[in-house]
Parts: sequence; C-alpha cells; structure tokens
Amino acid sequence: MSRVTTTSSQTVDVRSLLENKRSKKLKLRKLENIIPYLLLLSALVSILTTAGILFTLLRETFGFFSEVSFTEFYTGTNWSPWSGEFGVLPLIGGTLLITVIATVVAVPLGLMSAIFLSEYASLKVRKVIKPILEILAGIPTVVYGYFALTFITPILQSIIPGLSIFNALSGGIVVGIMIVPMVASLSEDAMNAVPNSLREGAYALGATRLEVAMKVVVPAALSGIIAAIVLAISRAIGETMIVTIAAGATPNLTMNPAESVQTMTAFIVQAATGDTTYGSIIYYSLYAVGITLFAFTMVMNLLSQYISRKFREEY
Amino acid sequence: MESKNLNGRVLKNKVMKTLFFSATVIALVFLVLLFYRVLSQGLGYLDWNYITSFPAPYPEEAGIWPGMIGSLMLMGVVAVVAVTIGISTAIYLEEYSPKNKLADFIRVNIQNLAGVPSIVFGLLGLTFFVYLFGIGYRLLAGGLTMALLILPVVVVSSQEALRAVPSDVKEASYGMGASKWQTIVRVILPAAVPGILTGIILSLSRGIGETAPLIIVGAATAIYTLPDSLLSKYTVMPIQIYKWTARPQEEWQFVAAAGIIVLLVILLLMNALAVWIRNKYQTRY
Repeated sequence: MSRVTTTSSQTVDVRSLLENKRSKKLKLRKLENIIPYLLLLSALVSILTTAGILFTLLRETFGFFSEVSFTEFYTGTNWSPWSGEFGVLPLIGGTLLITVIATVVAVPLGLMSAIFLSEYASLKVRKVIKPILEILAGIPTVVYGYFALTFITPILQSIIPGLSIFNALSGGIVVGIMIVPMVASLSEDAMNAVPNSLREGAYALGATRLEVAMKVVVPAALSGIIAAIVLAISRAIGETMIVTIAAGATPNLTMNPAESVQTMTAFIVQAATGDTTYGSIIYYSLYAVGITLFAFTMVMNLLSQYISRKFREEY
Repeated sequence: MESKNLNGRVLKNKVMKTLFFSATVIALVFLVLLFYRVLSQGLGYLDWNYITSFPAPYPEEAGIWPGMIGSLMLMGVVAVVAVTIGISTAIYLEEYSPKNKLADFIRVNIQNLAGVPSIVFGLLGLTFFVYLFGIGYRLLAGGLTMALLILPVVVVSSQEALRAVPSDVKEASYGMGASKWQTIVRVILPAAVPGILTGIILSLSRGIGETAPLIIVGAATAIYTLPDSLLSKYTVMPIQIYKWTARPQEEWQFVAAAGIIVLLVILLLMNALAVWIRNKYQTRY
C-alpha cells in the first residue's frame, strides 16, 4: 500500500517536472519572440529623432512665417532681428564665406596629405602620421575657437594691418584645419581601395610615382575623394563654436574675408544665449535659420552619398 | 614617355613628393602650435585651486570645478541612455533585422543623423526636452539631447564590434542547442564587449567636448553650487571655456587655456582607456 503511494507520488513529481520544464521553455520562447520587438522599439528611437528634428524645425518655422513673409526672409539683405529686420541672406553669406575659406585651406592640404600617405609613405610612417591626424579630428571645436581667436588672429593682424579682431579669415582657416583630417582620411581610404594591380601596371610601363598617383590612383578614386570633400564642406557649414568665437557677430553680406561676419550657426548661439522667451519672434527665428542650415547640410550629405554610390568604380 | 624626359619626370616626382610631405606636416604643425599655445598660456593658471574652485569675478580665483562635475554627471546620463538604446539598436540591425525596407531605412537614417550639425540637435532638445516635456534648462534635458547626438556613433561602432564576432562561434552555440537570444547574450555580446566599450568611450569623449547644443538647451554659464540631481542647473567644461575665451581681457584667455588643458587631459585619458581596453581584451579570431 505504502509502496504504491510512493510510486504514484513519484510519477506525479516527474510529470510536474516535465510540465515545469515545458512551461519554462514556453515562457522562454515567448520571451524570445518578444525580444526582437523590444529591440526594434529602441531602433525606432533613431527614426523618432529624425522625425523630431523635422517636426520641431517645421513647426516653429511655420510659426515664424506667420509673422514674417517668406520672400522677406529669403531675399532680404538686412538681418537685425532685435529691430524686426529678418533678411537671412547676410547669415547665409557669412556661412558661405567661412565655408569657402575653409575649403580652400582643407582641400589642398587634405588631398596632398592623402596622396602622401597612400602613395609615398612607408607603412611605418603612415602608422605614425595617421593617428596624429586623427587627434586633430578629436579636438573639441571650442578649443579650435580659442586657438583661432588668441593665436591665428594676432598673427593675421600682424600680416594684414587694420584687420579687426573678429574676422572671417581666421575662423575660416581654423575651420579648414579642423576638416583636414576628414578630407585626408576619407580620401586616403578611397585611394587605398584602388587595387595594386593598376599601380603595378603603370609602374611596369615606366611611370613615376607621381604619374601613378595623379594619372591612375586619383582618377580611379575620384568619386570617393569628391564625396569626402563634399562631406567635409557639410561639416564646415554646420560648424558652430569656431565661428562664434572667432568670426564675430556682425551679420554682414560681404565676400571680404577681412571683415567680421555672422554665420547661421553663430546667430543661433547668440540668440539662444540671450534672453529668448518661448514663442517670441526671436525664438521662432532660431528655427527658421536652423531649418535653412539643416537644408544646406542635408543637401551636401545626400550629394556626398549619391556621388560615392553612383560613380563608384568597382574593381 | 620619351627617355630624354626621364630626368625631368623623376625631378618632378621628387618635387611633388616634398610638396605632399610638407602638406602633411603643415597639418601636424598646427597641432603642435595648438598644444604649445594652450600649454604656454594655461600652465601658469593651472593648479589644485583652479580645479577645485567655482567661477569667480577675478581670473586668479576662477576655477573649473562645477564644469568638471557637470560634464561628469552629464556623461553619466548620456552613457545610460545612449548605451542602452545604442546597443539594442545595433543588436537589432546586426542579429535580428530581416533584410527588409524598415531595417534599410533605419540604417540610412542613422547615417544621415550622423551628418546633422550638432546645433540642430540643440534645437530639437530645446523644443522637446526643455519646453514640451517641461524639463527646463536642467541637467536631464542636456543629457538627453547629448545622448541623441552621439547615438549614431554608438550604434555604428557597436555594429562593427558585433560584426567582428565570427559566425563559427555563433554556429557552435546554435549547434549546442542554444536559442538565438541565449547565443546573443552569452556568446556574441561577451565577445563584442571590448569593441563596444571602446566605441562608447570614444563617443562619450566626443560628447564631453561638445559645446553648441548645450548652449541651446541652456547649460548655465556660471553656477555656484554643484548639481545634485537630474533636475539641477548645471554647466560643463566646454561652456566655461567658451565664456572665458569670449571675455576681452587677456587674463581670461589664460584661464580658458587652463580649462582647455584639463579638458584635453580628460579626453586623453578616455582615449588611452579605449586603446588599452581594445589591446587588452580584444580577442583575435
């Protein structure tokens, strides 16, 4: 009698164990099925961020254009928001002036560095120089701003008499230095992707290193190089602290690099540091300028992606 | 190519080589000048007192203490938010996402977000976190804004770390009867942790030097009490440096330079840590 009881209790135990295991497995499987959705949820944060950026920029810009006319904003040549003048062209002009100066500095330096690193430098030299260039890319922009204002500007002032403390030249040069590593390392990547057989073919025909670099490697890597330059220009357009510190706060529609200018980004900083109440016209103007800036950089980024995808040479 | 031109061609090659080399050196010279300038201006003002003092009306008494604590606390918020969301996103994209349009869209979107100027993130934070969510000009608003800003970098570097785990390790795990999630948590993530950690430290070091978005979401320029909660007023090192640089008297430049030294040393330590982790724990398959 007692034997039977034990057996039956044992069978019950085993069965409950099996049950237990099965339900555990089921739970685990349920969890396994939920996990991808949880992960997807966090992946959607990045999409929400983009949507949020578009939403804020558009919403507040609409608020702005209910008070200032669209044509006045985009054709006006006088930007003095605190006295009700909202012509954005001086800010765009300031941004473009800085960007042109930066490009003139960064493209030759960056490209020549890239050619040197990819075609001339030994592996050892490249291993030393590349990380140092990366350091340039990692320095906070506020530090570059300090450097432009306290070091580059005085030097420029001793060369160009009468140069004001805040000027586009100093800021532009330093923005250029900041984007050199970007041009250099992305272009070098593109050149490295050119297969060696092409180089060796050219060497076999008796070409010098220079001829190989300029007539074989650079043309073959051109799409990557241009994409790198366009991306660097986009970075220069969006650069904030260097120009805020060194280029001044004078909205000025000029192409004279010796003058003080205000970029779109510098205005946003200026207006945000001042006392800007929510819903005021100055507050809205931040976003109207912001969306213009965003459009400029977006177009450049998409252009860069398009160039590198469309014109890529596959070997 | 005629042989009588050979000397000319070789000479041209040599000249251009020198030119290319000089261009590379120019960039490096700028770096040296920058460090020299910062050190020569800042070292005189940098002492223990500077590190542990609050901002002051006189350059000799000013210090960077609230900025250091603020930067540290801000990075705490950023790390928690960006790491959770960033790694989950990376796992989704690398391990789960079927090759569908949504996943492609997320990838393209992350690539584009990385190209948005940081100041635009500031505007996003101003509308959403400061006003719509009603956080105000507080630490939490700055932290969330900064987290969104560095999120693309965290995602991309985590993706690379996950991708570097070879598939035979995964297949061995599946072969032992492990489920997908078990494989991810017990096999793939541990193998990818050094890479992920390196990426996170590098993204944080980018965040710690960012100035513009924090100005927009209202980091204070001078505060005299340390932030003690997520809803405190705060300042960060780059903003203190910016404010000091913007003052006209020359002594304040020295104060700014001293702040830059502190900031650069912290960045250097973070990067050294990242390199150390990578070299020490990276498994080569």
